[in-house]
Amino acid sequence: MINLELTPNLEETRKATRGLAEALFRPISRKYDRQEHAYPEELKALGGPRRKRTAEEIREAEELKKLAKAQEKQNEGKIVNGSNLNGVVSVAEMCWGDVGLMLSIPGAGLGNAAISAVATPEQKERFGHLYASMAITEPSAGSDSAGIQATAFLDGDEWVINGEKIFITAGERSDAVVVWATVDKSAGKAAIKSFVVPKDAPGLEFVGLENKLGLRASDTATIRFDNCRVPKDNLLGDPEIKRGGGSFGGVMQTFDNTRPTVAAMAIGVARASLDLTIELLEKEGIKADYAKDVWQASAIQAELYRMETDWEAARLLTMKAAWMSDNKQANSMEASMCKAKAGRVGNYITLRCVELCGAMGYSETELLEKWARDSKILDIFEGTQQIQLLIVARRLLNKSSAELK
Amino acid sequence: MPEQQPPALFDLTLTEEQQMMRDTVARFAESEMRERSRTSDEAGHPPEGFYQRALELGFNMVQLPEALGGMGAPRSPVGNMLIAEDLASGDMSLAIGALSSLSFINAVLDQGTQAQQRTWLPRFAEETLHQATVALLESQAGFDPGSMRTTAKRVDQGYELTGTKSMVPLASASEVMLVVAKLEGEGPAAFFVQAGADGMHIERQPYMGLRALSLDTVKLEGVTVPADARLGESFDLQRLIDLGKIGLSALTVGTCQAILDYVKEYCNERVAFGEPITNRQSVAFMIADIAIELEGLRMLTYRAAARAEQGLDFHKQAYQAHLQAADKGMKIGTDGVQLLGGHGFIRDHMVELWYRNLRAIGILSGCAIV
Repeated sequence: MINLELTPNLEETRKATRGLAEALFRPISRKYDRQEHAYPEELKALGGPRRKRTAEEIREAEELKKLAKAQEKQNEGKIVNGSNLNGVVSVAEMCWGDVGLMLSIPGAGLGNAAISAVATPEQKERFGHLYASMAITEPSAGSDSAGIQATAFLDGDEWVINGEKIFITAGERSDAVVVWATVDKSAGKAAIKSFVVPKDAPGLEFVGLENKLGLRASDTATIRFDNCRVPKDNLLGDPEIKRGGGSFGGVMQTFDNTRPTVAAMAIGVARASLDLTIELLEKEGIKADYAKDVWQASAIQAELYRMETDWEAARLLTMKAAWMSDNKQANSMEASMCKAKAGRVGNYITLRCVELCGAMGYSETELLEKWARDSKILDIFEGTQQIQLLIVARRLLNKSSAELK
Repeated sequence: MPEQQPPALFDLTLTEEQQMMRDTVARFAESEMRERSRTSDEAGHPPEGFYQRALELGFNMVQLPEALGGMGAPRSPVGNMLIAEDLASGDMSLAIGALSSLSFINAVLDQGTQAQQRTWLPRFAEETLHQATVALLESQAGFDPGSMRTTAKRVDQGYELTGTKSMVPLASASEVMLVVAKLEGEGPAAFFVQAGADGMHIERQPYMGLRALSLDTVKLEGVTVPADARLGESFDLQRLIDLGKIGLSALTVGTCQAILDYVKEYCNERVAFGEPITNRQSVAFMIADIAIELEGLRMLTYRAAARAEQGLDFHKQAYQAHLQAADKGMKIGTDGVQLLGGHGFIRDHMVELWYRNLRAIGILSGCAIV
């Protein structure tokens, strides 16, 4: 039955994460925007212990997994609201607090998402406790992940990795990096594999951190790999090169789940801007109460209505993509749709809110200017606006990447 | 509408009944509307017997109480919204015409007294076609309901109505219409006015689009109606408008879906510079944007309708859905023409018709009440 309201469970999730964002993130939001590369110590409490699990803990985790499996079986054929919906709701609320700090929560790296998506049980055992970042982008290959130049070759029982990776979120703070590299340059994207590289692996060289427009609480690292060696079993997924891009597709599928998450980030940041803007304008007697027809409302009200409307459309598209994922429906196109809409809307809203609030909006006394800087990256990473449009268009029009470049 | 138990899930799945109605209406839109859209627009009227055939789909009587001869299904803004969406994927003019009586029925079920429901509604359970409509809009530039000029004043026999209503669907064919007016000293009110009332003059007005639909100007020169012709015990104009906004948004969703389907096929086949024009990002991205904004609009519309059905406040959601429908619907309409280039401007193709029809969404009010 059609219902787009948050259920009591989701509402509970929302309130809990909002509370956390308000209590933990907001008070230190400006501090870590100013102290760009400082580690937000206050977040350590969130990460939990970073150690290997005890036999007891592993047994408990297995039990939980069994229970979850049984539950899933029971739910087969039934509509469910699961981890994806919960995820986008809580991520949006955390990013209402601070997106950079959310990305700095220890243990919640993009590499962790990849590990939990494609690792074997044995690998999960070895890497599950690590805080893992993800290294895809190179100085000359961003959106074009198939153009990756980093290489990996097998030498006895070890992979030897060479290359340079940039824009690694949490690259300094993480324990390990999931590195994308090609095992055969002549074999195209089918030969691109991902490897778990512990930070203390021989040949891994930490180069430095970027100075950024926004998202300053989150570290963005460059790491060089110079004959860096990892055990053979650190390759994630299938080592075979399958023509037709099968395995690369598998790696890319990680993004079907992470794109709605980034969309949720944009939704959270934009909501923060809208909430504060509405609050500040209300003090000046301007109410966003939808009392008048849009053409009878003031220009500021009309702009607020349009922004809240676009925001709501983005939020519902994101909920839809997550809901499809929860219910095992293919959602590649919907994931890109919500990312495209939320990315551009989030950027538009945060910038406009600065303008509407004038000097106060532009000033560092409020966080509006910070959100307007933070939001820009959300229309870029995990696939730029243009990459999302490419994905949507190829699906809609039934085009290959050779036809629609 | 009574407040119902909130559903336990965030869910986008249709109920079985909704899916069945949806399949039926979609088939009808395909066979009776889409193919006849162009000829109806040119002729200025629907195909012969169209409204009778639309009546046979049964949606007028589904939610009528059994005591009034209907099937007694609970009132469902979601169900009505889906019907509007699917009919409009066939043709918006014909859809508004086919929904004219339902719009009246919904307003009366929503706000009418039991006695008024008994008087005015049983006829819509019959197999014979009975038309009714709602008259809200006025023709002054910058119109909004707050600046309504049509007035009602209390007189000995009841009320006397004076003013002019515009863009009233099928007014001349209607046995009864609900006229919204400003009751002196009391604010907005709505009145049942029967066909042929003394002092009422109806004239059809041609418009930029929606040409298959008779959109009429209704002049009321001191029309008197009895005391019991005033709708309900208290009248909530905003609620009537908001339920209409949901319907208008659904009409936009259906029309824009037709545009998306059309440009996808056309642009994939259209060859320029040696390859399909969809091999170019400038074209392909425009189509991707149509799909994205359309889906966003659909979600806004569904949420507003679902909230109305659940008995939750839905003013803001209906406002947002309609605002997005007017903005993005028109954008999609104009991009649809643009994507066909010069051919889009020629009446051989459908896109110019959708362009003209979509311009009405930001203007219309009080039709397609769900």
